[in-house]
Amino acid sequence: MPAAPFPLEALGLRVARGRDFRLEVPELRVARGETLAVLGPNGAGKSTLLEVLALLSVPAGGEVRIAGETASGAAGRLRLRRRLSLAMQDPFLLAGSVSENVALPLRLRGVAGAPAREAALRWLERFGIAGLAGRASRDLSGGEARRASLARALVTDPDVLLLDEPFSALDPPTRETLQRDFQRALAPGTAVVLVTHDRFEALALAHQVAVIVSGRLLQSGPAQEVFRRPASEAVASLVGLESVLSGVVLDGADGVARVEVAPGAVVEAVSQALAGERLRLCVHPEEVMLEPEAAPGPGSARNRFPAAIRSIFPHGPALRLELDCGFPLVALVTRRSVEDLGLRPGGRVTAVFKASAVHVFPGRSPA
Amino acid sequence: MSLILDGIREALALIFGADADLVQAALRTLQVSGTATLISLLIGVPAGVALALSRFRGRVLVVALVNTGMGLPPVLVGLLVMILLWRSGPFGPLQLLYTPAAMVVAQTLIAFPLVAGLSLTAVQALPPRLRLQIEALGASRLQAAWLLARQARLALLAALMAGFGGAVSEVGASLMVGGNLRGSTRVLTTSIVLEAGKGNFAGAIALGIILLVLAYTINDLLTRVQQRGR
Repeated sequence: MPAAPFPLEALGLRVARGRDFRLEVPELRVARGETLAVLGPNGAGKSTLLEVLALLSVPAGGEVRIAGETASGAAGRLRLRRRLSLAMQDPFLLAGSVSENVALPLRLRGVAGAPAREAALRWLERFGIAGLAGRASRDLSGGEARRASLARALVTDPDVLLLDEPFSALDPPTRETLQRDFQRALAPGTAVVLVTHDRFEALALAHQVAVIVSGRLLQSGPAQEVFRRPASEAVASLVGLESVLSGVVLDGADGVARVEVAPGAVVEAVSQALAGERLRLCVHPEEVMLEPEAAPGPGSARNRFPAAIRSIFPHGPALRLELDCGFPLVALVTRRSVEDLGLRPGGRVTAVFKASAVHVFPGRSPA
Repeated sequence: MSLILDGIREALALIFGADADLVQAALRTLQVSGTATLISLLIGVPAGVALALSRFRGRVLVVALVNTGMGLPPVLVGLLVMILLWRSGPFGPLQLLYTPAAMVVAQTLIAFPLVAGLSLTAVQALPPRLRLQIEALGASRLQAAWLLARQARLALLAALMAGFGGAVSEVGASLMVGGNLRGSTRVLTTSIVLEAGKGNFAGAIALGIILLVLAYTINDLLTRVQQRGR
């Protein structure tokens, strides 16, 4: 049988939980060797979606296809479920040794004895914890348990791997080495669904991104596309574009529109919009550069604004500055540049960004 | 106070004198309560686990019934079993009344709800997502039930101890369906009732001490198993 191009497909999914919660996903496909990140805030329905994709619960409508096949009945679901694997946020190792845990999925499929033990050991090696094989699972550290649970999820060489926040709740260095080891260990053909609320994780690991908020699939597509051009403000805030501006186009020429976002504050943005149109836009924070307040004349960047620094907070490896340029602006910059410029809350600075750093939301603004 | 000391003295005398009646009653206690506990283990644990993992109409009703059964008065159980086993009753032809087998039936009815109810609670106390994780690893429903029961084994052993405790300590049912026949259906609890009734308090206390030691020994054994698997 030729391998199906899409190991995992979901079509027209509708899931109801309780009285108030509904999840609707019209279409989701993950190709061989591809990683799809399902990005959304807590309570968006990400874990519910994963349960349905893992054939653990039956949706109210729609279907899930594993390698082109749709499951019917409990026996059919079990058979297809044995072609996929799931690792949750909690490693959920069972009582017993580490190698027993990793060999468990094979034993559940009728593979026992030496072959199961050897496969378990091979995967423990790939995750760098072969030395812990005989250790009781309860004696592992958080990071080690996570490694063991990923080894357990991969031991059956699944067509589809579902991951529910598997790297969260780890300290940053541990997380980064684990993510690297995980990507090395992954078989090239495996289709991966990674549920996460962390956009850096999505950017680091995923080819495709699907954004889910309040049970609705808001946008899906190639990761760069979703991050670069969010379809709505809700998506924008999830991918890190928080402060959305709105303004009227003063004039537009050569694909650049001049938009007045606050009285006297004109932002130049790459857009085909015409004069008089009302636009919503936001600025990619990592593309905002900071210069000393009295910096020499404009370079290639069209947008230069003197700004007051409202606050400075750590944000991942960088610092996040909230600026007031007459309109709110967020900048993500390195600690080094903040130190070099001697920036602190209450101080002043010049914010600079290119017209291409401005994202204009599609469609006309409602107001 | 002197009564208790007399009891201890008499208990030591009985034990080291290897009193034939006492040995028989102690062995019968072990046999009857042990069998009832074993049967409760074999049907109570699977029933409790199944009840914890299944969803069906009227499930809450069944759970409430099991929970009520955990506090069933032994005398009521004795009465019920007696009626069922009575010569003209539905199971009369089996001629089980006033045999150790009748006592096993009665004690099983006492221990079963304890074991089933506590097993149910034990499995329900596991994290709900653990079951999903286990099924997602490829477990069938039966495999998942087995793995979940293994995860709850500490609490399941506690359920077993509670079941044994319920069986070994009851007297009302054993008296009614066993009849306290010397050498046949006399167990430690019924002997205590008999001795106390005769006014032989020292003897009753001696039997009580022996019963406690017996119960302690069995529970100590189970506890060792439980704590080793921790």
